[in-house]
Amino acid sequence: MIDLQHIHRDFQVGDQIVHALDDVTLSVKAGDYVSTMGPSGSGKSTLLNLIGLLDRATRGRYRLNDEDVTTLSDAEQAETRNRRIGFVFQAFHLVPRLTARENVELPLILAGLPPEQRQGRVAASLEALQLSDRAHHKPDQLSGGQRQRVAIARATVTEPAVLLADEPTGNLDQKSGRDVIDVLESLNARGITLIVVTHDPELGERARRRVLMRDGRIESDMVR
Amino acid sequence: MLLRDFARLTGASLVAHRLRSFLTMLGIAVGITAVVLLTSIGEGVHRFVLDEFTQFGTNLIAINPGRVTTHGGSMGVFGTERPLTIADAEALKRLPGVLGVVPVVQGNAEVDAGNRSRRATVYGAGAQWPQTFNMQVRSGRFLPQDDPTAPRALAVLGSRMRTELFAGRNPLGQRISVGGSRYRVIGVMESKGTVLGFDLDDTVYIPAARGLELFNRDSLFEIDVLYDDDAVLEKVVAAIKNVLTARHGREDYTLTTQQQMLDVLGSVLNVLTFAVAAIGGISLLVGAIGIATIMTIAVNERVGEIGLIRALGARRGQVLGLFLAEATVLAAIGGLCGLALGVGLATLLEVAVPALPVHTPWIYVGLAEGLAACIGLLAGVLPARRAAGLNPVEALRAE
Ligand SMILES: Nc1ncnc2c1ncn2[C@@H]1O[C@H](COP(=O)(O)OP(=O)(O)O)[C@@H](O)[C@H]1O
Ligand SMILES: [Mg+2]
Repeated sequence: MIDLQHIHRDFQVGDQIVHALDDVTLSVKAGDYVSTMGPSGSGKSTLLNLIGLLDRATRGRYRLNDEDVTTLSDAEQAETRNRRIGFVFQAFHLVPRLTARENVELPLILAGLPPEQRQGRVAASLEALQLSDRAHHKPDQLSGGQRQRVAIARATVTEPAVLLADEPTGNLDQKSGRDVIDVLESLNARGITLIVVTHDPELGERARRRVLMRDGRIESDMVR
Repeated sequence: MLLRDFARLTGASLVAHRLRSFLTMLGIAVGITAVVLLTSIGEGVHRFVLDEFTQFGTNLIAINPGRVTTHGGSMGVFGTERPLTIADAEALKRLPGVLGVVPVVQGNAEVDAGNRSRRATVYGAGAQWPQTFNMQVRSGRFLPQDDPTAPRALAVLGSRMRTELFAGRNPLGQRISVGGSRYRVIGVMESKGTVLGFDLDDTVYIPAARGLELFNRDSLFEIDVLYDDDAVLEKVVAAIKNVLTARHGREDYTLTTQQQMLDVLGSVLNVLTFAVAAIGGISLLVGAIGIATIMTIAVNERVGEIGLIRALGARRGQVLGLFLAEATVLAAIGGLCGLALGVGLATLLEVAVPALPVHTPWIYVGLAEGLAACIGLLAGVLPARRAAGLNPVEALRAE
């Protein structure tokens, strides 16, 4: 489902070129559970952004769902992100002036769905993450764990095929972090392709497939 | 994205920063208030002056002795031009399209009635004065159509003159003396008030031929011609020139149409209104800078959020639209408040200072609101473009 072939991603920093990704080849099957680990600056986020079509490879080819998405236009990338990809970030990234419900609704609003069609899906998404009683709370009235659950509800309300989580537990205490991982794993169990970047070896160990990165390259790729 | 969602998101961001939004709107509101108020006063003055000038009617042509090329009256004392005579005026009466012709000579003289005496403006005029200048006779009648060269010694009083000389008594048929000669009063004019500071009621009308004699002149001050609404001005002017040039041997007179006067006056007044609106525009500019500033701050504050909605599938155009809409709505609401305030103040001014002519043209009000929205849009362009141009990955990392 995700197929990266010889991907390079270079950044120009001053007159130096940083190879954030250096010849990465990676295939992920639909429904897989992949953890990505590695030292800071090894290219994990860059890889995730590329898979999520927030970024573009300098070289190499990327196929998503048997479709070449290497050279999509800006608008096409945006539409694909909206329909097929869910993002969960370390910093939650909730819009502070909108309620939990409205935050979850955002991707559907951006897609131009009429309110009648949004309501049920938003409610179901909140329900699935046990947030129904928090629907009308603003982010600053929620705990860290709840905020990340709202973010997950938002990432999954469009029923994407792929869920990309970049250090989703990085800003959470251990218990909330554990809850969030449980939620992500249960989503994976229901079929979503899950790729998690994490620093926590214990969490990383839980994935079926573990990718270890170093200096923009895949150092090891183990399947349990 | 649906329009109502667009509006809701825009509204939510404006409401989230109520005070800031309010202050920014205030800037535009003050600007629009200034524009509306100042144009209202400008337009009021414009109308006032035009009304003053047109209360004698607009289909008037004035002929003065002497050749002057600029608009405005001639003093008639240069060169050796032939005098403008009552016979000239009589000759014009027969022209097609001409409804009234009045020979005019004017001066000051002592007017006595019994034991009362008063210095007043005396007009030597023709019988067609009332219809030509759109003035009414209150009682009696105006000067009759006598033999123009030897008219009877009859006089008509302005309303002020009548009260001054006769108080409560009936002046009709009474004898008065104007500059030493005796006249019989046959009529009193309806009050006309003052026009541009000149009291039109403190006057006495006598036949033009007697006026020339009284002021010891051989030329009229002016001949005024009233032409038909349906007549073509150019044709009437050409016909008058034909007759007068034939009579005088050359064009030694000046012809001024009311239309020319109004055109010149109108353009001068338009410039005035425009200049005054431009002054209001300066405060609008300040409001626009306020919007640009606030939108720049808003974009900086919401970099992470911009990254987020891009990640959720927003296109660059949608981000651009959201920020442009915020700026435009700020300005448009500010504009509406400004309109309400401006129209309110103008109305208040009209009531409080009736002497000051105020008129709010609704077309300007509409234009001002459009202008406010445009200003918001323009002020929002740079910040919104910056927001839309952000790289989503970098925007997400900014938080
Ligand atoms: N926008 C950028 N401009 C320049 N260098 C970048 C940019 N994004 C990432 N990098 C560099 O690429 C490398 C990989 O970064 P990243 O993928 O964020 O690492 P990780 O997520 O594994 O910590 C780092 O050396 C980082 O400095
Ligand atoms: Mg990272």
